[in-house]
Amino acid sequence: MEKRVIFKNRVLPYLLVAPQIIITLVFFIWPAFMALYQSVQQEDPFGLKTTFVGLDNFAYIFTDAIYLNSIKVTMIFSFSVAVIAMSTALFLAAMADRVIRGATTYKTFIIWPYAVAPVAAAVLWYFLFNPTVGMISFFLKAIGIDWNFTLKGGQAMVLVILASAWRQISYNFLFFLAGLQAIPKSFIEAAAIDGASPAKRFWTIAFPLLSPTFFFLLVMNLVYAFCDTFGVIHAITEGGPNEATNIMVFKIYHDSFESLDLGGSAAQSVILMFIVIALTVIQFRYIERKVHY
Amino acid sequence: MFNLRRVILIGALITLVIFPATVLAEPITVNWWFAHGGRLGEKVQEIVANYNASQSQYKVVATYKGNYTDTMNAGIAAFRSKNPPHILQVFEVGTASMMAAKGAVKPVYEVMAESGLPFDPKVYLSTVTGYYTAPDGRMLSMPFNSSTPVLYYNLEAFKKAGLNPDKPPKTWTEVAEYSRKLVAAGYPGGFSTAWISWIHLENFSAWHNVPIGTKANGFGGMDTEFVFNSPLHVKHIQKLADWQKEKVFVYGGRRNKGNALFSSGQVAMYTESSAGYAGFKKTCKFPFRTSMLPYWPDAGAPQNTIIGGASLWVMQGHSAEEYKGVASFFNYLSKPEVQADWHQFTGYLPITHAAYELTKKQGFYEKNPGTETALIQMTMNNPTANSKGLRFGNFVQMRAIMYDTLESIFAEKQSAQQGLNDAVGKGNKLLRQFEKAYK
Repeated sequence: MEKRVIFKNRVLPYLLVAPQIIITLVFFIWPAFMALYQSVQQEDPFGLKTTFVGLDNFAYIFTDAIYLNSIKVTMIFSFSVAVIAMSTALFLAAMADRVIRGATTYKTFIIWPYAVAPVAAAVLWYFLFNPTVGMISFFLKAIGIDWNFTLKGGQAMVLVILASAWRQISYNFLFFLAGLQAIPKSFIEAAAIDGASPAKRFWTIAFPLLSPTFFFLLVMNLVYAFCDTFGVIHAITEGGPNEATNIMVFKIYHDSFESLDLGGSAAQSVILMFIVIALTVIQFRYIERKVHY
Repeated sequence: MFNLRRVILIGALITLVIFPATVLAEPITVNWWFAHGGRLGEKVQEIVANYNASQSQYKVVATYKGNYTDTMNAGIAAFRSKNPPHILQVFEVGTASMMAAKGAVKPVYEVMAESGLPFDPKVYLSTVTGYYTAPDGRMLSMPFNSSTPVLYYNLEAFKKAGLNPDKPPKTWTEVAEYSRKLVAAGYPGGFSTAWISWIHLENFSAWHNVPIGTKANGFGGMDTEFVFNSPLHVKHIQKLADWQKEKVFVYGGRRNKGNALFSSGQVAMYTESSAGYAGFKKTCKFPFRTSMLPYWPDAGAPQNTIIGGASLWVMQGHSAEEYKGVASFFNYLSKPEVQADWHQFTGYLPITHAAYELTKKQGFYEKNPGTETALIQMTMNNPTANSKGLRFGNFVQMRAIMYDTLESIFAEKQSAQQGLNDAVGKGNKLLRQFEKAYK
């Protein structure tokens, strides 16, 4: 027997969900359709002259070397952010799970970075690693590394990946820790009695049982890296040097708000939107089904 | 029963609330959206307050809208929602977009002519107004804050390296020589630069009297093409790249992110906008001076440099009365006293000859050596088709391409020739796209 709350009034449930539906329509669905509409138009910034150009904008961006490079950069960037943020968080969570004394203090400190706004965090990283005045660049130079991310694309990429992953570690940590604590202690104890080492116990018991959390976080981290890292790029590298960190979301901002190319940037945001939709679909349709709970 | 007096009183109050202008004859409001934060923003408000106090017919309301890009976007969004300000400050690279938006802006010459107020375009410095003037000589926007690049040098470092502070380097060859001496004296680098595309490609071209693009740098039509891959351009950029190895040149990053290199004493020479003067005054703990932008002696230099900064555009969609207020305010802005004060306070160029003369008469340049450099550079020769300025569509994107290209050349991923050829190719694609959007 299932216990359910049933609304007798037929209108009330609709009224209750209405605010959420309205917010979704106004702030998500409507702008998404506007982007779709804009992506097949060629328009001047002031909206004085609008011409329907079909798929010209898409044809243009897919033959544009800068855009193709931006896709490649986004993939490298996003997967690196996800891997670093998740592996570090998993390590910290596994450690924190075993700590008995002072556990709350550790957890608080690890969660703390999540409260820092991405832009503020980015400015912090920028100053630490600034080739001229940065503290850390000073030490890097002292040990013989020619640190100058304003010219070296690889270094710039490493820096924005670290700056973006740093904040996400806290988020992942929360989920991994919750996941670890949800694993029945009896499993772990049984393995311990059989003589399995802590590492063995982790990899053969905890890790497989964490797989739902793992895949959930993978998608969340990728979406984060695709969309929310704009502030980091904007504050640290502005997409440079030589497009080395020009990720798609930054290029969209740059093309629309700085260059005022509405059609081209709308086409790019439509592509990005489809990538994120695809990720979400994969998350719900396939991964959630195949993962054993 | 209704008290008749009370009814009348309430009626009068309602009228007052709904139609205050008719009852109190309030001054006509003119909205100005500007892009200066900090002390410059306070100065803008001071100018506006002085104007409002000087007459009672109009009231200018100046609103800070963020940086240049934010302000331009705010203006565009306001126009699209049919509520634009009267005056919008737009940076120089947005000029082509504003010019092309014929239904959105009202040219300044038209505003001035319709107002019936006196207006003589000849009182303005032609190297400044040239940037904002149509090919037929009519002024499209009112220049407000304009600057030009100059060379800053560290007097303390010059002394330490045994260089004569009264003899700053004139040519790039000398800059390299001086830099080597500075490096030998223990300095980490010779020179660096801010705004590298503006200074080392755009101004570089004007200064050497070579074109950046065809059709008089785009003034002659939208079918212009970039040509900044000439042998002279290639030579200069390749030199910069090569000089990095001896630390003669150090790349400091985009925009003016490299300013800390100069103010922290890591390089002793620095090319930056004349408007950077106030900032360096505050941040540098050593005495410094400015001198003219260096050049290559075997080319057509020195011609004259071009400006950067912003101008004031008048937006469409307001009444004739309000435009009269705009014209009256522009006349006030052009007054020698107002301009001279702005120039001396900010380091931006004065826009009229009279303001320049007034500043000279006040002895400002003697008291502040080096501050006249920018003006001398701008006015030393009559501008040619190559040095009047530039007008390219999608130029904001072009600047990004220039940064990318220069960075890849400095990282030795490609030669200057290859890089500039590539950039010209990408740029021409942008120009064709712009042409298509507006034709």
